[in-house]
Amino acid sequence: MLDLERIEGGFEDAVLDSQAAFRVALSALSRPGRILEVAPCPAAPQGVHPAANALLLALLDQDTQLWLSPSLSNDSLSGHFRFHTGCRTAATTDSADFALVASAAELPALDAFCTGDDEHPERSTTLLLQVDVLEPAGGWRLSGPGIKDAVRLATGLPGAAFAAQWARNQRRFPGGIDMFFACGRSLCGLPRSTRLDA
Amino acid sequence: MLPPGDTEERGRWMGLLARAPLALLEAWRDRQAAPAYTWLRKPETGLVMVRARAGASGEKFNLGEMTITRCALRLSAGQSGVAYVQGRSKRKAEIAALADALLQSPAEHARVLQELVEPIRAQLAAESGRKRARAEATRVEFFTLAREAGE
Repeated sequence: MLDLERIEGGFEDAVLDSQAAFRVALSALSRPGRILEVAPCPAAPQGVHPAANALLLALLDQDTQLWLSPSLSNDSLSGHFRFHTGCRTAATTDSADFALVASAAELPALDAFCTGDDEHPERSTTLLLQVDVLEPAGGWRLSGPGIKDAVRLATGLPGAAFAAQWARNQRRFPGGIDMFFACGRSLCGLPRSTRLDA
Repeated sequence: MLPPGDTEERGRWMGLLARAPLALLEAWRDRQAAPAYTWLRKPETGLVMVRARAGASGEKFNLGEMTITRCALRLSAGQSGVAYVQGRSKRKAEIAALADALLQSPAEHARVLQELVEPIRAQLAAESGRKRARAEATRVEFFTLAREAGE
């Protein structure tokens, strides 16, 4: 049975607020590397950044499966998302439509997620990674569609190893995963089309 | 949170609250000091498919869709209340969920039971008694006389 005692409330206005969060997600993917604020942003359960929580509440529904990284994989958190969205929990990374990863330390290899195929690139996993830092300076150099020349992004992730994985992900185009970085109420998109140099 | 054995008891009062006339719930709510609570799920109206079995043992079939309003809230004291009520009255769902939460609080349980649940039970029983009496008045007893033997 679902334990309501440990569930946080959802959006104040389920329709308008989730549309606002969806709009932020669209903007983040169409302007990769730009750091956006998710607002309004409801209180998030323990261990989940408010931006990641708001995005999942807006994107999940009965037809999607959510994978939670080990430290987040507990009944009260999966119950929270199931209560508000009706989503199912994915047992493995490659069956997930969405994945929420608590921190860079828990990030599985990007190949472990569903990357879609040439006929159905939209079936790939959308990955939400929580980071402690999100700054438009230092770190990586991003370029590609949606970016004029290049932008810098610092996420606190170990640079070279991730850049190599991301290059592999890009070679799968039109397949490959899309990512969001969430830090507090801030959100930044990294779609499969973006080139990343450490 | 109730101990597991009380789930049935909770089901009974949730059922009574769901079937209670709104006027009775409103009258009770007006007498309450405004309890502090936050929404877990604001009242929302939707459809549920009611399923049934012919004769309680046949194949399951879809009887039809029913409009329901549901909500969930949490008192500042920590108890959560849930309501699923027939129809579109968000106010009714809200009061029913509030009563459900208060009924789970040991301090309030007896009071709410006596002030709200018992009157609802009495009113629903009286109404169903009246209905039964009206139907009873039109009852026709059919019988056939047995033929006399040896004719």
